[in-house]
Amino acid sequence: MNAPSEPGEPKRTTPLQGDLHRSRAGWLRGDGRLSDVVLSSRVRLARNIAGFAFPNRAGRADRARVLELAKARILGAGFTERLLWVDLHHAAAIDRTLLVERHLISKQHAKGKLGPSSGGPDEPRGVAIALPEESMSIMVNEEDHLRVQVMRPAFDLAEAYHAADAADDRLEEALDIAFSPRFGYLTACPTNVGTGARFSVMLHLPGLKLTGEIDKVKRAAGDMSLAVRGFYGEGSEAVGDLYQLSNQTTLGKSEGVLLHEMEQEIVPRVVEYERIARRQLLERRAEILADQAFRALGTVTHARILSSDESMDCLSRIRLGAVLGLLPGLDQQHVNQLMLFIQPAHLQRLAGREMNQAERRVARADVLRRELSGYCR
Amino acid sequence: MMKCDLCDNEATTHEVVIRGGKKLERHLCEVCAKQHGVDTRPNVPIHELLKNFVLTPAPVAPARALESARTLKCETCGTTFGDFKANSLLGCAGCYASMEASLGPVVERAHEGATHHVGKVPRRALAHSRQGGRPMEALLGSIREREERLNLLRKQLDEAVRNEQFERAARLRDEMRALEGSGGSLA
Ligand SMILES: [Zn+2]
Ligand SMILES: [Zn+2]
Repeated sequence: MNAPSEPGEPKRTTPLQGDLHRSRAGWLRGDGRLSDVVLSSRVRLARNIAGFAFPNRAGRADRARVLELAKARILGAGFTERLLWVDLHHAAAIDRTLLVERHLISKQHAKGKLGPSSGGPDEPRGVAIALPEESMSIMVNEEDHLRVQVMRPAFDLAEAYHAADAADDRLEEALDIAFSPRFGYLTACPTNVGTGARFSVMLHLPGLKLTGEIDKVKRAAGDMSLAVRGFYGEGSEAVGDLYQLSNQTTLGKSEGVLLHEMEQEIVPRVVEYERIARRQLLERRAEILADQAFRALGTVTHARILSSDESMDCLSRIRLGAVLGLLPGLDQQHVNQLMLFIQPAHLQRLAGREMNQAERRVARADVLRRELSGYCR
Repeated sequence: MMKCDLCDNEATTHEVVIRGGKKLERHLCEVCAKQHGVDTRPNVPIHELLKNFVLTPAPVAPARALESARTLKCETCGTTFGDFKANSLLGCAGCYASMEASLGPVVERAHEGATHHVGKVPRRALAHSRQGGRPMEALLGSIREREERLNLLRKQLDEAVRNEQFERAARLRDEMRALEGSGGSLA
């Protein structure tokens, strides 16, 4: 068991100069089923320990006890060979942001918010991260005592669920979990009761955006009780044409049924819509698509100052061009990883120093130029 | 099947309104619900649900209506229904039992009308806990049975739809709804 107390340690030694790939997130690896549209799959289970108030209501002493209890259990469960534990109340702000950018913790957990009006950065809370793939993280004292999250590249919700389910079994061997026969797993917010399970996929939908059908899909998703969010979850805009699709209903359907619906029905259907849109664009407006992809490539390989939003827009067009074979030799996996590395905390960690916004824009342009100019022909 | 309060159709919307300190229940079909302004959208954000639920304005004694909902209180952690309304979060596992009558409809509307859990249970924790004098272990059997039955029905339904056997599909769907709604012997 390896549990360094230095937060975010594995990223500190990121080999930026030579090879960015060495520290890429496993779940953005990009090969696998439906990977032309689905970047990653994620399953989250919400759990609470019986006998303690939920984090928003518990006293600070109780929260500290829950943290100790959960931490001991998580580190003792033998999940993986290497498990990184981070005490978030002792972590630097930039490390917490880094974990958010890597989707290992929520924004809310980074801030230590326990509810709309309570909590702060000093609240006792933590996260365990399975290394080296970062395929699992367990947040302690977020909205619920435990949030187990498993991520997989491309479309593989079944595998993600099995891993999350197994981790949950391990945790439960030594922890009493709050449960009622009627409401199932009891959670701080009643929208999560029942299975406490959220199945979600990260989708790249530039085709539907270009054909103007994205709103139709959003409405349809709403009718099917699915939530559509941006790259960074709750309330965030869909930058880079990236969308998270997840189930809203957690009560009255078993995990198997929820999984079946997402796996067999919902996701393949959305993917099919996106593929049809791309095919239509290729048939009718191929030169426009190619033009957009090459312009985007031109921008990121020549610009000296780049905002996050502009970069994500460019990367989205480049990724689409790569997937459709309009940019021969360009690997979509590489583009997936770049979407992560141009985020603010990543840039600063890679540079090894703090930077203000203006400096980050320059650093971002540098990274993209270096990583993509090889593809310019 | 539960009948609509206003006609003979099946009631699909169930609403509990607190007016003048009294709890009123309404059971309406989809058509009547639309006409009478009941929110039938599934999965509206929880805070919207709560506004509709608690604050249906009572012309006679609005203050008391609010008070009765607000004073509903968890015996374990002291969270009131008013607290819940304010920040959408419950305080502890005990809140669910203490406020079950008021929470039930809220939960139901947040989950497309589902009232009972179907799926995984934490076995170890349940082995030494009890519910209503019965060991929870004993209750697990029926949860599992229900889940298996639901899974089977789902498969049959898919098949029926594929083969365009719509009457059979409707029958299967009814049974699934009943199972998902009733919670079998656990209610
Ligand atoms: Zn009616
Ligand atoms: Zn409580």
